[in-house]
Amino acid sequence: MTSPESIPRVRAAAWYLLAALGIMAMLFLVPGMMSAFRLNLLAKYLCFALVALGLDLAWGYAGLLSLGQSVFFGLGAYAFGMYLKLESAHGQLPDFMGWSGLDVLPSYWRPFGDPLFALLVAVGLPGLCGALLAYLLGRSRIGGVYFSIITQALAFMATTFFIGQQPFTGGTNGLTNFATIFGHPLKDAEVQVQLYRVTVLAVALCLALSLWLARSRFGRLLIALRDDEQRLRFSGYNPTLLKAAVFGVSGGMAGLAGALFVPQVGIVNPDSLGIILGIQMVIWVAVGGRGTLIGAVLGAVVVNAAQSAVSESFPDLWQYGIGLLFVATVLIFPGGLANGLQSLGRLALRAAASRRGEAPAPAEAAAELVRA
Amino acid sequence: MSSALLDVRDVHVSFDGIKVLDGLSLALKPGELRFLIGPNGAGKTTLLDVISGKTRPHGGQVLFDGHHALGTPAYELARLGMGRKFQTPAVFVSLTVRENLEVAGSYRDRGMDLLFPARARVRELLAQILEMTGLGAQADRKAGLLSHGQQQWLEIGMLLMQKPKLLLLDEPVAGLTRAERNRTSDLLHAIRDRCSILIVEHDMAFVRQFDATVTVLHQGRVLVEGPMSLVEADERVLEVYLGRVEDRAA
Repeated sequence: MTSPESIPRVRAAAWYLLAALGIMAMLFLVPGMMSAFRLNLLAKYLCFALVALGLDLAWGYAGLLSLGQSVFFGLGAYAFGMYLKLESAHGQLPDFMGWSGLDVLPSYWRPFGDPLFALLVAVGLPGLCGALLAYLLGRSRIGGVYFSIITQALAFMATTFFIGQQPFTGGTNGLTNFATIFGHPLKDAEVQVQLYRVTVLAVALCLALSLWLARSRFGRLLIALRDDEQRLRFSGYNPTLLKAAVFGVSGGMAGLAGALFVPQVGIVNPDSLGIILGIQMVIWVAVGGRGTLIGAVLGAVVVNAAQSAVSESFPDLWQYGIGLLFVATVLIFPGGLANGLQSLGRLALRAAASRRGEAPAPAEAAAELVRA
Repeated sequence: MSSALLDVRDVHVSFDGIKVLDGLSLALKPGELRFLIGPNGAGKTTLLDVISGKTRPHGGQVLFDGHHALGTPAYELARLGMGRKFQTPAVFVSLTVRENLEVAGSYRDRGMDLLFPARARVRELLAQILEMTGLGAQADRKAGLLSHGQQQWLEIGMLLMQKPKLLLLDEPVAGLTRAERNRTSDLLHAIRDRCSILIVEHDMAFVRQFDATVTVLHQGRVLVEGPMSLVEADERVLEVYLGRVEDRAA
């Protein structure tokens, strides 16, 4: 006989077991089931899932809608791309610098020869930028739609800046022609599998971290911030610091995603910092279900997989497809995939229960699903 | 004067050239319960805004528990022991009642502390306040699903979680039924020896339920101050409430 208190503990243990099995499957089963090409695509979606996770913390919990999350992603991608470029150049000047008329490596490029330094910058710089941005906007009491507009303007500025700095950033082409990572050829299938595994682990760790943050008192403060910032201020909290903290974490995750993205996709260009990608990121979270974290991961993978599937057969249609998907989500399933699945699950449970004559009829449950 | 918990001196506020507070002074002793009444536009809510750091006055001084309150951010004042209740109930609608109270009681925790469960001390206070506010049965409901009255009690409960020295309540019984008013009255009677309380109120019947000093505000100044029985009999107060004010004609 189990005591009532032990039921949640059993349930939690079951979830942990399921999560561990899922991660193991992703790590060891999935690579054997897919072609190298598909696995590489999946790894790319998982990088995007990492961005979506951070965006969901900021938007779904704290209510800070960033249309410029691509800037943090792009910064991380460029930072790690700089390492890959230097390693591939073998002590020589990277190719594009020569074409642009540079003959010595700029001094700030030099430390990026160290992969650890590059990784630290890839995570730390977007994190700091995010925290600083949220701090400054918060201190000036700029919130809501104005916050979103400024983040979008930032994406525009970043793109323009990186295109303009051709000798240092590779301009429109960005950074590409990478050959090796830690001395191993990037084209090697085994290297790509390892990179995929690292990405899976990064997503799992960041998801665990996000879930922990969201369920702690810190997470409740984020929701409180979204609900009523003034009440929170009069309850003895400085909302500006909270915003800086969550936006910093969110920026750091996007930066890490960028760093993982570059070696697997083989290129980073100013599109990775851009407005269009920034808006797509928001759509992933909206479709997946904001404020659920799992939904953000799901949304990023599902939307991007759909994008690949549709554009392989009908290259011109995807733009309409993503637009329709977004509108349909907002109108029909405002809670997104995660909440939709949850409601469906509840519906199934209730239908089963009513068959045994215990719970309200499925018709009522269905009505509730539509309301949700 | 130095024994006052709250000392408002000669405060001036004007919006677009209209004087809202015009050299207002007010002092509150520790443990005192004070009502602030006056016709619409007398400056009652503005005074609370000035005291709690929401509005910056053009002149004057506010001392709270020995600290200069003007220019101090609202969250600092809350940490110093000032609790402010808004006119329309302000609670976190997506959080449960328990979570609302926990958030309100956790402001002393910083950084990493917030990633771990609340201390036993906070949890004890929380249980006590759920009991006092009569919200025990609602503890795990979302605050947005509570009735208007329950939200008012929750917000007062949240202020009590802050262990305040001074409570500023803006019309705590507005929009409540008679039964709900009585419960609010009981709640305020139960907490009046915990801290000083300054209440803005319109409802005279409600004010009469308390043995407290009443300050009447009119056109941004203190008109009369005293026990309710004297205030109600005062000729000037009657004039103000009936609208026969000599300087309106001038």
